[in-house]
Amino acid sequence: MEFFHNPQVDWMGKKKYFIVVSIVLLIAGIASMIVKHGLQYGIDFRGGTLVYVKFARNPDLDAIRHRLDQENLHRATLVRYDAESKHEIMIGLDLQTTASQNALDAGKQAIVKALTNLYGQGPAGKIDFNNAGAQVIADHLLVNDPLHLAGKGDDVAQNTYSRLAQAMVDYRNTPPREGLIASFNELSAVPGVTNQVISDLEKDFYLSQFSVFNTQIVGPKVGAKLRQQALYVVLAGLAAMLVYVWFRFELIFGVAAVIATFHDVIITLGIFSLLNKEITLTVIAAFLTLIGYSMNDTIVTFDRIRENMHLNKRENFRDLVNRSINQVLSRTILTSGLTFIAVLALFLFGGEVIHGFSLVLVVGVVIGTYSSFAIASPLVLYWEDRARATAYGGGGLKKAVAPPSAPPPAGKDRRTKREPAGVRR
Amino acid sequence: MEKSIRNRTILILIVVLVCIFGIIGFPSNFQRLKDNIADRIKLGLDLKGGTYLVLQVHVEDAVNTTSDLAVSRLRDDLRTRNIPYAEVRKTDATHILIKGIPQNRWEEVQALAQDQFPDWYVERVAGDPTARLMTLKTSEVATIKNDAYTEAMATIRRRVDALGITEPEIAEYGQGSYELVVELPGVSDPTRVKDIIQSTAMLELKIVRGGPYASKEEALASFGGVLPPDTELLPGTSDSGAPAWYLVDRIAAITGRDLSGAEPSQDANGRPDVNFTLTRAGASRFAEITQRNIGKQLAIILDNRVQSAPVIENQISDRGQIEGNFTTQQVADLALKLRSGALPASISYLQEQTVGPSLGADSIRHGVEACIIGFAAILLFMLVYYRGAGVNADVALILNLLILIAALAYFGGVLTLPGIAGVILTVGMGVDSNVLIFERIREELRMGKAAPAAVAGGFDHAFKTIIDTHVTTVAAAAILFTFGTGPVKGFAVTLTIGLVANLFTSVFVSRVIFDYVLSKRERGEALSV
Repeated sequence: MEFFHNPQVDWMGKKKYFIVVSIVLLIAGIASMIVKHGLQYGIDFRGGTLVYVKFARNPDLDAIRHRLDQENLHRATLVRYDAESKHEIMIGLDLQTTASQNALDAGKQAIVKALTNLYGQGPAGKIDFNNAGAQVIADHLLVNDPLHLAGKGDDVAQNTYSRLAQAMVDYRNTPPREGLIASFNELSAVPGVTNQVISDLEKDFYLSQFSVFNTQIVGPKVGAKLRQQALYVVLAGLAAMLVYVWFRFELIFGVAAVIATFHDVIITLGIFSLLNKEITLTVIAAFLTLIGYSMNDTIVTFDRIRENMHLNKRENFRDLVNRSINQVLSRTILTSGLTFIAVLALFLFGGEVIHGFSLVLVVGVVIGTYSSFAIASPLVLYWEDRARATAYGGGGLKKAVAPPSAPPPAGKDRRTKREPAGVRR
Repeated sequence: MEKSIRNRTILILIVVLVCIFGIIGFPSNFQRLKDNIADRIKLGLDLKGGTYLVLQVHVEDAVNTTSDLAVSRLRDDLRTRNIPYAEVRKTDATHILIKGIPQNRWEEVQALAQDQFPDWYVERVAGDPTARLMTLKTSEVATIKNDAYTEAMATIRRRVDALGITEPEIAEYGQGSYELVVELPGVSDPTRVKDIIQSTAMLELKIVRGGPYASKEEALASFGGVLPPDTELLPGTSDSGAPAWYLVDRIAAITGRDLSGAEPSQDANGRPDVNFTLTRAGASRFAEITQRNIGKQLAIILDNRVQSAPVIENQISDRGQIEGNFTTQQVADLALKLRSGALPASISYLQEQTVGPSLGADSIRHGVEACIIGFAAILLFMLVYYRGAGVNADVALILNLLILIAALAYFGGVLTLPGIAGVILTVGMGVDSNVLIFERIREELRMGKAAPAAVAGGFDHAFKTIIDTHVTTVAAAAILFTFGTGPVKGFAVTLTIGLVANLFTSVFVSRVIFDYVLSKRERGEALSV
């Protein structure tokens, strides 16, 4: 099976369309960024407190907000996280509130306190089963010994209860429960849990209505440093690519490749801004990968152009570029397609946590491929045309040989060194 | 030809076996298999659940302690040599101002400074001929700060280890800003751990010179407004529980450094307390001091707070008790902190992230699901589009994945959620190498070359481009690894290993399979690609 059997598309002829499309995308993205006053940063760049809470029943956001106000947490944001049915919300405190507290986690403690007040405190002396670790549960079981294992030797009881506690915790953490059980009786589904075990647990533990499943607190110092670092990383990436391509090809190739990649980054950032997605550290990592991938693709095209330049010294450069792109088209579309399948799987099935990361890659693979023939190649063509036009006989890519139709004027003949001896006049 | 194929195949089989062994060991049953995998593949915090902390070591504290000590030593030395002075005081962390030394004694003071305080410069003060300024040398300041940082890291490590947390990580963070990163897998409520890490746990035993007073003002009033030399007021609680202030010696008789051990136990009334034992040097000093001060009170001070002040009834040498209103948990924690040593500088937290275990399990599930679907889709596509050669590519891809996971197991690389994404990306980008080669082979065949020549041509021409594309991506990954934090590092690691492994599988392994197919093929038969 073959998708592209000897394609003969005039890519360079369409470059006006490409430029229009690119400009539209760029303007849309940049406009969005300007209107929204820059990009939305994730918490690791912004600083602040984020507490992710899961509830047993649908949470009443207004009641929670009211209770948070009572704790002096006035500018808290409350957002639903993931699907509606999961009863998960994200409570955020901005950097000012976080930084003004004595301890870094004072905001989080206040949130937990507010929620505990709202959703009922457990009876004094009892431990919250939903937020307890396996070790604590195992210790209590060991003391109470509901399975009467005391006589069978120290290790047997310890191991059995450790394993049982871990099994119960694992059961609690898997969907659809995901960290919260509503009644101890649900635990009877776990092998090894008897009624005696359940009644023992009821003595020492209670079940809270909510559970904190993720916390992120970033102080001001770390946030600022990360922002700086992220910028350096991206710039370093672009610079390294430029140097590498310059080393392998010529400067103009390197510059064209970098401009094309830069174009990809700006458009992807624009889409992020349009869709109100957050920029986090993992998103930056995805951007760097995008840069690597876009460079990849551009290099493959440039490789072919260079190879054809060696083989066909007399060819019109524009035709040569077209031919090169056509030759690698099959490979380019296939690779991009396959990588796209991979990152699409990630985007659709990878979950909320890496959603931003996979979005960058999904957009990036498409744009990265597009920019190789739509931006990078026309740039090289444009440069070469200009170079040949302005420095007749002497300009142009060193590795190409300019049309030998007229004898080179003395003194300006920079090609002398490169020409094979037989051609010299 | 046959022999070369056989040798190369054997090499590949050895690699496969080594990889499989690296991942699952020698399991005797299915449960053991799962355990082995869980042991060998290290999961990052975002997959296992746990706490991630960045903390700042305030190394300035250590510099301040040094200069404080220098001030008191200087005063002692001047007094021993009967050199009168008007004042000796710190002007800031690294400067001490000496005033009022008579002209004829300055040489002596200079000699004393050079002898006893070699880390300080002494210079004149403009506008005051009787004063001198001592400045702590910058090299010494740097040494103090670095030592405090290293010691703080070691102390925190001891404390975290003592808590029994599995595989914690304590490491330097950032460049040169005296920050530490602490990773605590499996800890979803870090309150207790954070408290244990942060508390300075400085134990001091000092003789009580006066008190207890009900307030600071009362204490000052009883001395006419000025405290006696070399004493200080410290807060505590009286027996009734009301706040009280004690006047104690400034210099401690015994400090935490003289401890050889600390254990939780119970006092005569059954209330929890801590028993501590002293080193030999500490014990002999303690014996001498208690002998001299029988009848006076000994203040037991923790972090500049008086815990209790029992009367010295007779000479004590090598042990003591710390009593107070403690719970069982608190004495266990206190004993732990004392055993691990005091922190030389205070700590504050800069960043805290806690991933609950349910989120971790969730992330693993999502990641693995996406991986399997992506992988299956690509495998299927290759089979359909490249037919026979597709099998070739699929084998190479599966081997690629195997080597990647085995490398993680052997090198102890940490798998994070972006790391799993890196695996998927490796598959997607890795298949590119195969596509490059196969497309080239198709082209060569189209140009009319015979199958073996086409295959050779395909591999040769594509090789340079494969190297180019891998280098750019690995370069990006290297930058990410250097500057990234935990999850991002995991991504860089899987991507790099995956691409390097891909070089092996797509070039070497694919070639062997092609050669094998070619050797089995009839002359003139079409190559399935």
